[in-house]
Amino acid sequence: MNELKTGLETQEYFINMGPQHPSTHGVLRLMLTLDGEIIKNVEPHLGYIHRSIEKMCEKDQYRMIIHLTDRMDYLSCHINNEAVCLAIEKALEVEMTDRIKVIRTIIDELTRLSSHQLWWGVMGMDLGAITSFLYGFRDRELITDIFEETCGARLTMNYNIPGGLMFDIHPNFQKRTKEFITHFKKKLPEYDDLLSNNVIFKQRTQGIGYLSKEDAISYGVTGPSGRASGFSCDVRKLEPYMAYDRVDFKEILSTEGDCYARYKVRIAEMWESLSIIEQLIDNIPEGDFQVPTKKVIKLPKGEFYQRVETARGELGVYIVSEGKVSPYRVKFRSPGFSTLSAMNKMATGFKIADLVAIMSTIDLVIPDIDR
Amino acid sequence: MNRLILKINIYDFTPLTQAIHDALSESFSPGITTLIEMVIIGIAFITLFTILGLVMVYAERKVAALFQQRLGPMRVGFFGTAQTIADAIKLLLKEPLMTKNADKFLFNLAPFFVIIASFLAIAAVPFAKGLQALDFNIGLFYIVAVSSLGVIGILLAGWSSNNKYSLIGSMRSGAQIVSYELSVGLSLLTMVVLTGTLQLSEIIESQQDGWWIFKGHIPAFIAFIVFLVASTAELNRGPFDLAEAESELTAGFHTEYSGMKFSFFFLAEFVNLFIVAAIGATVFLGGWMPFHLGNWEGFNLIMDFVPPIFWFLAKVSFIIFIIMWFKWTFPRLRIDQLLTLEWKYLLPINLVNIVVMAFIAMQGWHF
Repeated sequence: MNELKTGLETQEYFINMGPQHPSTHGVLRLMLTLDGEIIKNVEPHLGYIHRSIEKMCEKDQYRMIIHLTDRMDYLSCHINNEAVCLAIEKALEVEMTDRIKVIRTIIDELTRLSSHQLWWGVMGMDLGAITSFLYGFRDRELITDIFEETCGARLTMNYNIPGGLMFDIHPNFQKRTKEFITHFKKKLPEYDDLLSNNVIFKQRTQGIGYLSKEDAISYGVTGPSGRASGFSCDVRKLEPYMAYDRVDFKEILSTEGDCYARYKVRIAEMWESLSIIEQLIDNIPEGDFQVPTKKVIKLPKGEFYQRVETARGELGVYIVSEGKVSPYRVKFRSPGFSTLSAMNKMATGFKIADLVAIMSTIDLVIPDIDR
Repeated sequence: MNRLILKINIYDFTPLTQAIHDALSESFSPGITTLIEMVIIGIAFITLFTILGLVMVYAERKVAALFQQRLGPMRVGFFGTAQTIADAIKLLLKEPLMTKNADKFLFNLAPFFVIIASFLAIAAVPFAKGLQALDFNIGLFYIVAVSSLGVIGILLAGWSSNNKYSLIGSMRSGAQIVSYELSVGLSLLTMVVLTGTLQLSEIIESQQDGWWIFKGHIPAFIAFIVFLVASTAELNRGPFDLAEAESELTAGFHTEYSGMKFSFFFLAEFVNLFIVAAIGATVFLGGWMPFHLGNWEGFNLIMDFVPPIFWFLAKVSFIIFIIMWFKWTFPRLRIDQLLTLEWKYLLPINLVNIVVMAFIAMQGWHF
């Protein structure tokens, strides 16, 4: 009412970012309200890649559910598989052998590394440095090769089954993993040279997309994004599963809460993952790679919950069983969904270019959000 | 005809062009002679544009591959050399699409603005001794002036596409080019203080005993750096490619273009890259002038043996390589950071630099 009358009519600018857009990395649709280039409001619209995985779980047997979880957060598929397996094993009260625990942990960390490598490459590409994309993929290729040799698949691995592993590790596994570690230890400083210490990159990320610790907790932002805000939420530390209680690693925390902090946390996590693998790779105990379970698994009546730390944050699997061959209800608490809900909080007041940086640093995988 | 062939001298094209002019003047009236000459030059430049497009797209892809530890195009032709030809054919065969509510006239006009601006600018580029279409006393000013016409095409493209991303892209581009035009102009002006002329051929002649970047002390070097940064921004190339910021605006101002209209934008970008590199080479690195060292007669003689056109192309390639290096290494700036860089850093540095340069030139401290 009291606005100056300039004779010009102004109005807010609506933009649909997605569902087809290069930097949403999938079919995410963001409705942006802009004032010039400044973001007034971000409204995520979901459902473009919804496959009703939770509903499909209700009709499948327990062994089949695992294959569906690959397709949620496909970049940390092994960890997703493991979450379901752990829940089932917890319900059946079977104890895993040390060999299974250690191998699962090593592959977990390799998965985390490969996911972070891909994230790093894509992050650079989103900010306009396409070269980093190929650097990230170059190193990720070695991990996928190891996976391929181990279980035959490169991305959606299905290596975990309830009661252990699908196969034993390949004889080359230890050798190749060690080769990868020596290779990647030399290459990881290159990542810092190319992006972390670049002035333009720092300007684009420092102070952008701030998320306070309180907000991180109230929105349920977990994983590296939450830890960058100072929210101590590493499930590997809080509720150690598999072999995480016997390895020595730091939970990376930062207090800045901006894009650069999230970036730095992930880079530091790569070093931690390398150290975890190094501690375990020479000490894989002898033993069985499978614990005998029934061919058709029936869980006892009750509710079972297991949470694990994927590359993106806390993944929770909640199974309600009525004692039948398939669950009554399965609910996944996926990290991406909660993180996305904090998007509006983080992006309001910044520019479109910053939105791309924010989306990159919270590391969205759309199928993880739309299950 | 034999007369003309005899006149071909790779070290100096003046006799050849003079002979063509004389031969035409014998048979035609002066008006028609000029007309025919214009047609010849036009055809020559269209050919040059095509060759430049093919060569530079290939070079860009190979340079990118070099930085990214991959091979680049390898399948079509020897080492992928025919890849760009295949791409050009693809673009020719593509259907030109237009959005429903696009402003048809402006939409079709925009690519021509961009390409004509490059055509006008390349006319004044001195390729070798005597190989220059336009050589007049305000050559440098002319190039700077006409090359900024291209922004009109970009603004028109963004506006007429009826696409929100395109509009944002073109608005960014407008702000960017208008700002960085200043720095390009001022950094060139710094060198004009030394050369004392705007005529490109004279600027080159003045570098007979050494290139200005060596003769002009630190201010010349600073001007060169500023010129490189500002002209990269003016070209809309990474890290200043905000107008087409792929990850933010899909393809920016040319999102809605396809086929040949798109390739006009694409071609203009590469030709502009060539022009900028040519100006940089001419003003700072001596254009087609061979590398000379003071009184070393023997050394200078060997250097003179390399034809000027190769010197020119080598220097241009060097600058193009640096600009490509920028693109494949740096992340993109944000629009406000881009404008901050120009108005708060480059422009003040430039203004101080030009004063320092004027002082040096006044005192005669340069070599």
